[in-house]
Amino acid sequence: MAKGSFTWNVTDMEKLSARETYGKVLVQFGEQSNDIVVLTADLMLSNMTVEFSRAFPDRFFNFGIAETNMMAAATGFAISGKIPFVSTFACFASMRCCEQVRTDIAYPKLPVRIVATHAGVSHGAGGTTHHATEDLAIMRSLANMTVIAPADATETAEAIKSSIDYPGPVYIRIGRGREPLVYQPGYDYEIGKAITLHEGNDATVFACGVAVWAARDAAQKLETEGIGLRVIDLHTLKPIDKEAVIRAARETGAIVTAEEHNIIGGLGGAIAEVLADAGIGVCFKRLGFPDVYSDIGSPRELLSRYSLDTDGIIRAVKDVVEKKAKTRI
Amino acid sequence: MADTQSREELIRFLGDKAAEMRENIVKLTFVAGSGHIGGGLSMTDILVALYYHVLRYDPRNPKWPEGDRFILSKGHGCIALCPVLADVGYFPAEKLDTFNQLDSPFGMHPDCNKIPGVEISTGSLGHGLSIAVGVALSARLDNADHRVYCLMGDGELDEGLIWEAAMSAAHFKLGNLVGIVDRNGLSLDGFTEDIMALEPLAQKWESFGWRVMTIDGHDMGAIIDSFEKLPPTSGSQPTVIIARTVKGKGVSFMENTIAWHYGNLDEELRDQVLAELGSKRLAGGTNHG
Repeated sequence: MAKGSFTWNVTDMEKLSARETYGKVLVQFGEQSNDIVVLTADLMLSNMTVEFSRAFPDRFFNFGIAETNMMAAATGFAISGKIPFVSTFACFASMRCCEQVRTDIAYPKLPVRIVATHAGVSHGAGGTTHHATEDLAIMRSLANMTVIAPADATETAEAIKSSIDYPGPVYIRIGRGREPLVYQPGYDYEIGKAITLHEGNDATVFACGVAVWAARDAAQKLETEGIGLRVIDLHTLKPIDKEAVIRAARETGAIVTAEEHNIIGGLGGAIAEVLADAGIGVCFKRLGFPDVYSDIGSPRELLSRYSLDTDGIIRAVKDVVEKKAKTRI
Repeated sequence: MADTQSREELIRFLGDKAAEMRENIVKLTFVAGSGHIGGGLSMTDILVALYYHVLRYDPRNPKWPEGDRFILSKGHGCIALCPVLADVGYFPAEKLDTFNQLDSPFGMHPDCNKIPGVEISTGSLGHGLSIAVGVALSARLDNADHRVYCLMGDGELDEGLIWEAAMSAAHFKLGNLVGIVDRNGLSLDGFTEDIMALEPLAQKWESFGWRVMTIDGHDMGAIIDSFEKLPPTSGSQPTVIIARTVKGKGVSFMENTIAWHYGNLDEELRDQVLAELGSKRLAGGTNHG
């Protein structure tokens, strides 16, 4: 396949979760490249790589409940010229396998694609053992690693597609449930390029993952109140789209970040770093888990508790807009 | 070596080469300022058998797809691997003069980003066998007939990951995978059986589904026999060779001691060690059975 020429086609996407879409497009990409191999650790029925196992049993490897072995074996495939897609829960991919990812995969810059499901608190009642609210920070701190948190199933398919021939390792974190679609297939997606979903000049929300839909919903509601909210889907946390961050800071002067992650080290941290490096001061608020472990509950309840839903984002935006007004006086 | 060579000649050649490499390891430890000399000397004979008789490779084409793959899971054996890689032609031996220095490609652990002939960076113990499993699965997918060799230290068998890999290699029926354990009986803190007992080691591997050979890891004849007796790569069972070795082999005051897991040699000590190794070499070496 020529670079960038992979295609996918999934119908009825609104009925599918991101992981179901992942399972389907992976089969389509498997048809387009014999180099793709898929590895999982006794979770094929959960992360839907089972579809690939049926289509290409020779290129599918189930390592049982042994994530570190799977991750290191992915290295073996990669140094043999394959493109391994490795899937397990985000908590295991980022923490249990951290050293394999860092030393065996990221350091030699190998084309391993880690598709980590059940990220954030999408495991809901699974509780802290199964939540992943640190993975973005961990992955972001690994040199050579590309870190992506797609907003929905469509963007997941686009990120998977773009990752196939992208240089070096890629970490793609997706949720568990059936998040509402932000995108319809066929939109313009590029790794590392932020997407402006709603224009506005009073404040900007930078969001990733499930928070993107809520941020856009918040912008539409705020519009009726006369607040112009810019919404930017910062799907790629690394390499970060610095230009989009700096432009939004200069043009709106107030920034809210929204991510299903600890407020330390993830999207909010990444944007704060860009702003500090550029010497730009803005009214700033990070939404996420405020350096706490998440609770048990449904994802919807948990997202609401930590202001990652529409109402929470609206409150935060009003806060920074008010602060900005006071600062100017 | 030429095919017409007699077995005795082959063993003599490999024994001489091992003796030369032991001297190189000692010289390199001096140049580097310090190094994992004990474990380097215990694995020397295995490494020499592999690189001068067993492995199929092309130093001018380190990524040769048909070549055998060697993964040094005990990455601290770098001090032994590098002189061998230089000698067989992956890079000029003079390059090793920078060992451990700022910006050198060569340090305590082999770095695949910097050293030609190193398949993957190792040093964090326990990773190598899992990586080898991926390489072996990939080779089978490609219908390739090369083998994957993975040299482990015995201390690193404490790592759970090794046994995850061992289980998966048997499960995936990797007849093209060969594990070698440098069973020198010592890890950094002491004797393996005191720190974390490994015995009965052969039974452990057997019960994990591996074909097991236990040999004297300093008897060159036994070493090459074990490699020559490997079943075809199309077989359905991985093989592990447990090579019983002596840490610090060849240097009387280093043999089987905790003190020489890692150390430095000053000029006087280096010369003393080289004199001992040299006299053994003249007397027929340590490896001629």
